[in-house]
Amino acid sequence: MAARRAAGPAMAVGLSALAFALLDASGQAFWQGLVINLLIFIILTVSLNLTSGFTGVFSLGQIGFMALGAYASAILTLPLREKAAFLPDLPSWLAGVHLDWSVGPLPVGFLVATLIAGGLVSVIAWPVGRVLMRLSGHFVAVATLGFLVIVRVILFNADGFTRGSRTFSNVTQYTNLWWAGLWALVVVYVVWRIKRSTYGREMLAQREDRVAAQAIGIRVMEPRLLAFVVGAFFAGVAGSLYAHFITSFSPTVFYFDLTFRVITMLVVGGMGSVSGSIVGAVAIVALGEALRRVEDATLLYGLSSIVLAAMFLVVITVRRGGLLGEREIPLDRLFLRRDRTADQSP
Amino acid sequence: MLELTGVEIRYGNIRAVRDVSLTVGQGELITLIGSNGAGKTTTLRSISGLLRASAGRIMFEGEDITRAPTDRIVAMGISHCPEGRRIFGSLTVGENLRLGAVTRADRRAVAKDLGEVLEIFPVLEQRLGQAGGTLSGGEQQMLAIGRALMSRPRLLLLDEPSLGLAPLMVERIFATIAELKRQGLTILLVEQNVHHALDVADRAYVMETGRMSLEGPAHVLRRDPRVEQAYLGGGEVRA
Amino acid sequence: MIEYVVQQVVNALAAGSLYALMAVGLAMVFGILRLINFAHGDLMMIAAYVAAFGLGAGLALELTIPLMVGGTVLVGLLMERVAYRPIRGAPDVATLLSSFAVGQILQNGTLLTTRLAGQPTLIAFPAPAGLGGVAAVGPITVPLVNIVSFVAGIVLLGMLTVFVTRTNLGLSMRAAAEDLSAAQLMGIKVNRVVATAFAIGSALAATAGLLFAVQAGQINPYIGFTPVLKAFIAAVIGGFGSIAGAVLGGYILGALEVFVTAVAGIGDILPPGSVSPEVRAFLQQWLPSALASYRDAIVFLFLILVLLVRPQGILGQRDRGDSL
Ligand SMILES: Nc1ncnc2c1ncn2[C@@H]1O[C@H](COP(=O)(O)OP(=O)(O)OP(=O)(O)O)[C@@H](O)[C@H]1O
Ligand SMILES: [Mg+2]
Repeated sequence: MAARRAAGPAMAVGLSALAFALLDASGQAFWQGLVINLLIFIILTVSLNLTSGFTGVFSLGQIGFMALGAYASAILTLPLREKAAFLPDLPSWLAGVHLDWSVGPLPVGFLVATLIAGGLVSVIAWPVGRVLMRLSGHFVAVATLGFLVIVRVILFNADGFTRGSRTFSNVTQYTNLWWAGLWALVVVYVVWRIKRSTYGREMLAQREDRVAAQAIGIRVMEPRLLAFVVGAFFAGVAGSLYAHFITSFSPTVFYFDLTFRVITMLVVGGMGSVSGSIVGAVAIVALGEALRRVEDATLLYGLSSIVLAAMFLVVITVRRGGLLGEREIPLDRLFLRRDRTADQSP
Repeated sequence: MLELTGVEIRYGNIRAVRDVSLTVGQGELITLIGSNGAGKTTTLRSISGLLRASAGRIMFEGEDITRAPTDRIVAMGISHCPEGRRIFGSLTVGENLRLGAVTRADRRAVAKDLGEVLEIFPVLEQRLGQAGGTLSGGEQQMLAIGRALMSRPRLLLLDEPSLGLAPLMVERIFATIAELKRQGLTILLVEQNVHHALDVADRAYVMETGRMSLEGPAHVLRRDPRVEQAYLGGGEVRA
Repeated sequence: MIEYVVQQVVNALAAGSLYALMAVGLAMVFGILRLINFAHGDLMMIAAYVAAFGLGAGLALELTIPLMVGGTVLVGLLMERVAYRPIRGAPDVATLLSSFAVGQILQNGTLLTTRLAGQPTLIAFPAPAGLGGVAAVGPITVPLVNIVSFVAGIVLLGMLTVFVTRTNLGLSMRAAAEDLSAAQLMGIKVNRVVATAFAIGSALAATAGLLFAVQAGQINPYIGFTPVLKAFIAAVIGGFGSIAGAVLGGYILGALEVFVTAVAGIGDILPPGSVSPEVRAFLQQWLPSALASYRDAIVFLFLILVLLVRPQGILGQRDRGDSL
């Protein structure tokens, strides 16, 4: 029974791995880049879903955590020579750090840097969440937006660590299809498990009606905080992957446009649905890419954002739950079809 | 004057009111009674267009108002004095009264009606410049009724005007209601205070869990054992 | 020293006026619909563009202003009708996110339009005669636009006060903001009141946009973002949904910002001999000039503090239970 349940997801993972291997071997850099981009967006959307979709406490600060993760891990993996050249004011305990160990072909240093980045971001998220999760509705949205602005101001001003408004470059390109794919798998699995756990049910219960949920003894603060901190961890991971993928970036990247892009994916897919987030990310990345080509051909820059925003409005107006609402694509029942009648008999 | 036939009202999937029929004739004072959650407020809200009936029909003076917007219903002459008074607490008493007549263009007539309302409720006159939220409960109720009168209604819907008031104030309010009726105003009164309501009303309807269970002349219903049992404190006979 | 203080006070009042003009529009709409309209900042941006094109085409300021206000009000009404009316009554977050989408459309629409018109993304704002330059009173010199901002703010907010207290429509708006369904029972047409709030908010935002553009000297499609955030903060500080609160919050925020900028680096600019070297060193250490660049972060920390300590703001009341 359990094996059969696992068969569907396992097949999906296996097929993805096969597709990655083919893509990897094909040497098609453009498509590889697009898929890596997609995987990072899946991580961001699924983690935002955990933070906001499950709990209803809408956070606009996710990209702030991503930014912190990106800078933290990039500083850790930057080769010493570049570090001395670009970041001369780095405190001495950081200036000598270069996480470049590898075991065979595996860059363990990158993994460690990513984990440290995620951990650091969670440590920051915890007090922030403690304070902000007390709010709700649009007030928490605006307070977390405030967090995003604060992160941005700090990144711009902490020259010694970030080079301020100048581009942070020469980051080693560690992120490839396998790293992004593995992390996406981890994030999807963890978030899906959380949704199935007591915590997940509490999140969804207090999302509908906080007061009623509290009245019947459902905790509000703990599940919200858990969602916020775990969501932040994965946003930090996404930041690290992103930094080691595009290799040069500046604080302007991590701001409102990116935030809104991820929100679009989340809402289109369905708040509360993990598979919905994946579907949403795939749909928006694909649509965004198609529109970008139209923009390039017609020189009508701005068109893609307009179309995506208009689509977002239409979804909110006519199908507020998004494509999937809270439901999941029942991959785990893929191989259970024939047993269904037996399952349902009392 | 007002006629509801087979009205059903839903909150989402929940049917709060089903198959309710009721008529109010010109000049009548009708009371609608029933226990908590019976659907009385819901029925009134559907008459004034704040809720849409999902089935049935609501006619006012020969016109179908089932789907009419609230502002149109108010303009036709129905004034709804809502449950819990709902006065505008940060606005002054004078502004609250002005709002009652906000859709009327004839300033002269409005000024005259303001005089009449202040005659009915003299306390309000001294408080015209005071914020509505600072009034006492009884004063707020008077303000709410006065505000509802400012639109010069032909039909007044009153939702539990005696709620939460001291006994003396309850007497005052019911005396006012009787006086308004005497002046020829048609009134549909929702009340929990069944004694008083049946005292002033011509006819009464009893609602139970979303349905009409009884109806008849007020003085008959007052003696009805079912009403006595349920609402007049178990068999106790009132003189 | 005294000149410095006077200049800063004028700056604070000017900034406060702009924030108040913006915050009032946000607060009016929020009061009635519980909608935080983040696209409000983009109305300001649109106004700046209309003004830039009008002035650039050689139109006089007296003609440009009506054109700008009219255009902005039209856009404001359109966005209410097309984007917000269909989702009226939807959960808070859904409406908030919609307003982000509307903002994206306005920003990129402007971007697209300027591109099609063969203009760069960042365009210089032609300073109109009568708004540029400085005013000098003795040793004190203040940019003229700051004085105009302050005066315009006071005049327009005064007119608004008359409107909401003296007219039936204004009264209806306040009633609708306090209790929408009770207001409906008065026979008030909700759509009309909402449209009025959007129209007035747009007109005030248009004025703010013009003044902002003159101050900044250049505009791009994204200039509305930070001001709308600030206006939101102002509205929250004052008490969201209350017009008086929004005005008060606007001036408090203006003062706070100017204060942060003014005290940053104060140790360096105090005239020699006015304070002891220890005090100067202390000021230089704790109020370095770099502090000024953290201004936005400080302002947002202040917002978060207000949200936590007094979410209903200074003048607000706890209402309908949906604010927290
Ligand atoms: N906004 C709402 N959403 C969902 N259900 C509601 C709503 N308002 C009322 N109800 C339900 O509809 C039913 C009728 O309520 P209503 O307020 O009409 O009763 P009522 O007769 O006026 O009671 P009371 O005497 O306590 O005022 C109740 O079961 C109530 O729980
Ligand atoms: Mg009731």
